Amino acid sequence: MRRSSNQMGPGGVGLWVFKLQTGILILQGSSSSGHAETSKVSNMVEWTEFERATIQDIFSKMDYESVGHNALTRCLVVYPWTQRYFGNFGNLYNAAAIMGNPLVAAHGTVVLHGLDKAVKNMDNIKATYAELSVLHSEKLHVDPDNFRLLADCLTIVVAARLGSGFTPDVQAAFQKFLAVVISALTKQYH
Amino acid sequence: MSLTAKDMSVVKALWGKISSKVDEIGAEALGRMLVVYPQTKTYFSHWADLSPGSAQVKKHGKTIMGAVSDAVSKIDDLPSALSQLSELHASKLRVDPANFKILAHNIIVVTAMLFPADFTPEVHVSLDKFLQNLAWCLAERYR
Repeated sequence: MRRSSNQMGPGGVGLWVFKLQTGILILQGSSSSGHAETSKVSNMVEWTEFERATIQDIFSKMDYESVGHNALTRCLVVYPWTQRYFGNFGNLYNAAAIMGNPLVAAHGTVVLHGLDKAVKNMDNIKATYAELSVLHSEKLHVDPDNFRLLADCLTIVVAARLGSGFTPDVQAAFQKFLAVVISALTKQYH
Repeated sequence: MSLTAKDMSVVKALWGKISSKVDEIGAEALGRMLVVYPQTKTYFSHWADLSPGSAQVKKHGKTIMGAVSDAVSKIDDLPSALSQLSELHASKLRVDPANFKILAHNIIVVTAMLFPADFTPEVHVSLDKFLQNLAWCLAERYR
């Protein structure tokens, strides 16, 4: 392994300290506006007006069946190890089989209707998902990292549908929403 | 998760379709990343304007995608193709490799937005693997 001379990049020590602080913020998994304090204030996620409106708007116009089907199909194709949870779904042999599989389509809809609960209870997602979290942990035994993979596929399907309407700010709001959902779904794992 | 012959041909075919918009994809992906993942802004503290669409963002997005396009043309030997860039990233830029994944995600999002019909799940998996391999080669010299 080669290293060149011992120079600091631009910003030197300051940059490293900033990165460390940012890393800690990320590790804390704060889903709100990035406050680092662990304090007695409420644990609630804070949504801006824009974020609320964006989430309501996207989901109110969404075809849950189509988006659910496409997102789940994409997840099973792009991250094939996620197929481990669908052993009883029959033929998942290739992309075409997955896309045409009616059990996959049906389950995509189930997932989206589950998401709908969060859309309708944005100020209380953690409590709303307590039972679902237990289900995914105790009964379904889903590795929580897989939630992120499905969330990424959902983001991509929505992006493809909205095209230029999926602006950077809309993407940020959508991904924040999914991150909060994932956090709530992971909450009851132990 | 190495690239199969199929992955290579899928990525090359995709590039054939998107080559006219490659600069736009780069600018859009970079701009988006700075908004959606604000921690990535730490690498650009020397820029005046980090907003999507700024001249610096556009120029740098084009630079990045130029390098990605070059890698596509040399897809059968990514380690040699990326050897110099790896040296640059390791010794001078020192971008945390976790960020390669973040940028890759945004490249994928923008590609899906601009080419929804072409970006099927099969194309998606090959592009995802390609970008992952590219990131791996880019980090090769880090330690």
